[in-house]
Amino acid sequence: MSTVEDTIHGEEGATRRDFLHIAATGFGAVGAAVAVWPFIHQMNPAADTLALASVEVDISQIPVGEAVLVKWRGKPVFIRHRTAAEIADARAVDVASLPDKQTDQERVLEGKDEWLVLTGICTHLGCVPLGTKSGDEKGEYGGWFCPCHGSHYDTSGRIRKGPAPRNLEVPEYAFLSDTVMRIG
Amino acid sequence: MKMIKNIALAAAAVAAFAVGANAAGAAKHPEKVDWQFEGVFGTFDVESAQRGWQVYREVCSACHGLKYFRFRNLDKLGYDEDMIKAFAAEYTVAGEPDDFGDPTERNALPQDAFPNPFPNDNAARASNGGALPPDLSLITKARHDGANYLYSLMTGYEEAPIGVDIPAGKSYNPYFKGGQISMASPLSEGIIEYEDGTAATQEQMAKDVVNFLMYVAEPSLQDRHSLGLNVFLFLLVLTIILYFSMKKIWKPIKAGKNVYEDE
Amino acid sequence: MALSEVKPNNKVLAWVEERLPILTVANSVMGPGTPTPRNLNYWWNFGSLAALCLIIQLVSGIVLAMHYTPHTGMAFDSVERIMRDVNYGWLIRYMHANGASFFFIAVYTHIFRGFYYGSYKAPREVLWMLGVVIFLLMMATAFMGYVLPWGQMSFWGATVITNLFSAIPGVGESIVTLLWGGFSVDNPTLNRFFSLHYLLPFVIAGVVVLHIWAKKISDSGNPLGVEVKSNADQIPFHPYYTVKDAFGVGVFLMVFAYFVFFAPNALGHPDNYIPAEPLVTPDSIVPEWYFLPFYAILRSITFDLGIPGTDIVFIDAKLLGVLAMFASILVWLALPWLDTSKVRSAKFRPTYRIFFWFLVADMLLLTVVGGKKPEGIWPMLGLAGTIYYFAHFLVILPLLGKKEKTLPLPESIISAVKKSA
Repeated sequence: MSTVEDTIHGEEGATRRDFLHIAATGFGAVGAAVAVWPFIHQMNPAADTLALASVEVDISQIPVGEAVLVKWRGKPVFIRHRTAAEIADARAVDVASLPDKQTDQERVLEGKDEWLVLTGICTHLGCVPLGTKSGDEKGEYGGWFCPCHGSHYDTSGRIRKGPAPRNLEVPEYAFLSDTVMRIG
Repeated sequence: MKMIKNIALAAAAVAAFAVGANAAGAAKHPEKVDWQFEGVFGTFDVESAQRGWQVYREVCSACHGLKYFRFRNLDKLGYDEDMIKAFAAEYTVAGEPDDFGDPTERNALPQDAFPNPFPNDNAARASNGGALPPDLSLITKARHDGANYLYSLMTGYEEAPIGVDIPAGKSYNPYFKGGQISMASPLSEGIIEYEDGTAATQEQMAKDVVNFLMYVAEPSLQDRHSLGLNVFLFLLVLTIILYFSMKKIWKPIKAGKNVYEDE
Repeated sequence: MALSEVKPNNKVLAWVEERLPILTVANSVMGPGTPTPRNLNYWWNFGSLAALCLIIQLVSGIVLAMHYTPHTGMAFDSVERIMRDVNYGWLIRYMHANGASFFFIAVYTHIFRGFYYGSYKAPREVLWMLGVVIFLLMMATAFMGYVLPWGQMSFWGATVITNLFSAIPGVGESIVTLLWGGFSVDNPTLNRFFSLHYLLPFVIAGVVVLHIWAKKISDSGNPLGVEVKSNADQIPFHPYYTVKDAFGVGVFLMVFAYFVFFAPNALGHPDNYIPAEPLVTPDSIVPEWYFLPFYAILRSITFDLGIPGTDIVFIDAKLLGVLAMFASILVWLALPWLDTSKVRSAKFRPTYRIFFWFLVADMLLLTVVGGKKPEGIWPMLGLAGTIYYFAHFLVILPLLGKKEKTLPLPESIISAVKKSA
């Protein structure tokens, strides 16, 4: 059948360069490519998921010295209303001596130094550290203590002792008013 | 040409199927209303739907739920985030159990569904003489010719004809299947005062609430229409190009050329 | 089966081709190396359109399964979540729902093209029978898919259709219990229907491969019904039929897009937007339009088969109806032997042509009857339509082939083409 094919190919080569056929093929290809998008985009977070992407927390009920745990995007978030002593402790540390060098000022919003907001997931292997509830063990530095492998966090949520490599993460948050905080 | 005839035939056959598939009931045929959401260019009448939202809140919601409608869905009805929060905050929903395990209530948030007026179907029946007021989230799609049907139903209450007995607690409505409906005429003139000052006639309220419920049942309608026009135009151009491309490729064949032997 | 070998110049492709001759197969099925009758008309487009529909259904269905929950308490809600919250969920679901209808439109047209042009005749019997198998699998798939949204029509359709099996003498009830996994259509039923609804399309795809394979062996038929005699009768599949199929796809997609974007619920039933309620039967239970003719046949049998004037009953009405419904499709399997005519195409069978259109009209009549309540004149019309349906296949076709005066066949495809040009 080789001779037959040669004939076809020879002829086709001439016609395929035709603008009409290029336009048809190009148009079809573009259409197919665009049509793929809805089938990809459907995997992105849906509207109901996005509606829960930020939570508003009433912080007027959190007394000084206490903390609460809220759920945000499926993860625990610690909100701690720090005492003046805790803030002073966190700021008295020589930053250069820390495993993950960050000042306390970098980890809170200016003018709202008493509020510390942390993603409650130990940077070692993902356990939830203790120290939010009153009565929890708070670790050697008065912050949080991860019972899984013994990581100690200070009152700024920074890692001070134990296997965790980094400080507890600070999520994006903002104050909508003096009493309402939005996380996310 | 033959092809076009064939397509027309096929379309006619499909239309026949569709008609056949919707065996009509015994009720009176709904009145035909012009709706802005109809047709390929159809869009929501936002002002009317806003008024309909007020009708729903102040009248319908006493008995009918809207379980698939979230307060956040109000965004496409021209309300901003703060207004949506304010609407939601007027309602309470079940919260997380407190530290003692007791149930709590909290103000609704934009992500919450519109709360059902009754805790369950039995409670709804008990409060409504044994009849269950249907959830309205999909009502315009869950009835044949839904928009016209609802409009006709809400404006179509009349005196029962002579010889038709209506039991206590029921009303006569020729658009309702069987003629006897457990819902008393819900929209009497002036039952609400529109925030925008529109005169609250029965027709106006019925029209507004249907516009609102259409949005609730089919929130994608407007996106669907606009995307559909683009897709259709694209396919039209593509098909026309393909048609001429095909004609050109086929020209020698139509002239009787033997591809395998002729040069 | 002659394969048209492809020898790629690219070294990597050549290396692969030597070990897995995939380009050769593609070239031999729909490439430049596939000689095809030069006179195929637009009715031959519907095979590729059916394949397109299968692809649309597979892709949109797999995506929907990422968001759907097969549980009686959550199925309806999860579909509404797809419609409201999932990005482009409404588009994908409407494509899938209308895609089922369009799949049947394409396949019915494909089947009736086969009836008209005698596509089932030797040597294409197996090709035809594989097509009937695909159609049966499609019906099962569509039926189970319609149950998944768990609306009123889903639930009651499932109840009625699964109850058909209770007509089987002796073991009927046990079979129905087995199908349900309980004592009514309930969560186990929904769950298994979801599983099978996901599986069957891939089985269909497998049988489609066999269908195309069988077509390759026997070559395409053509509107004249005379076999290919020389090269002059043929043209390569590509580019001639690829561009023609592409044009057909364009037209088909326009009609499809009209329904998806502007009338997405026109082919559905409003009752399916009411969540399933096992204690309330809808006013009338109507299957999707593509099942209506067969549903009409099922319902048209309301009498027992026995000796008149006695109490002796061989087959009761319920079982007879079920048998008639299944027989109405299974009879297609025997079509190559029921049609005794030596001439394939209705073009040269003027009398058969008339009976073909009678059959089309009969199917349309049965479609209408299937959508009506069985009251007034409709049951009579349904019975008449059913009798005619079986008469067409079992009486008219066998006799017609022997008695009919056919027109002279053309010498060859090319001679007929040149004459008409």
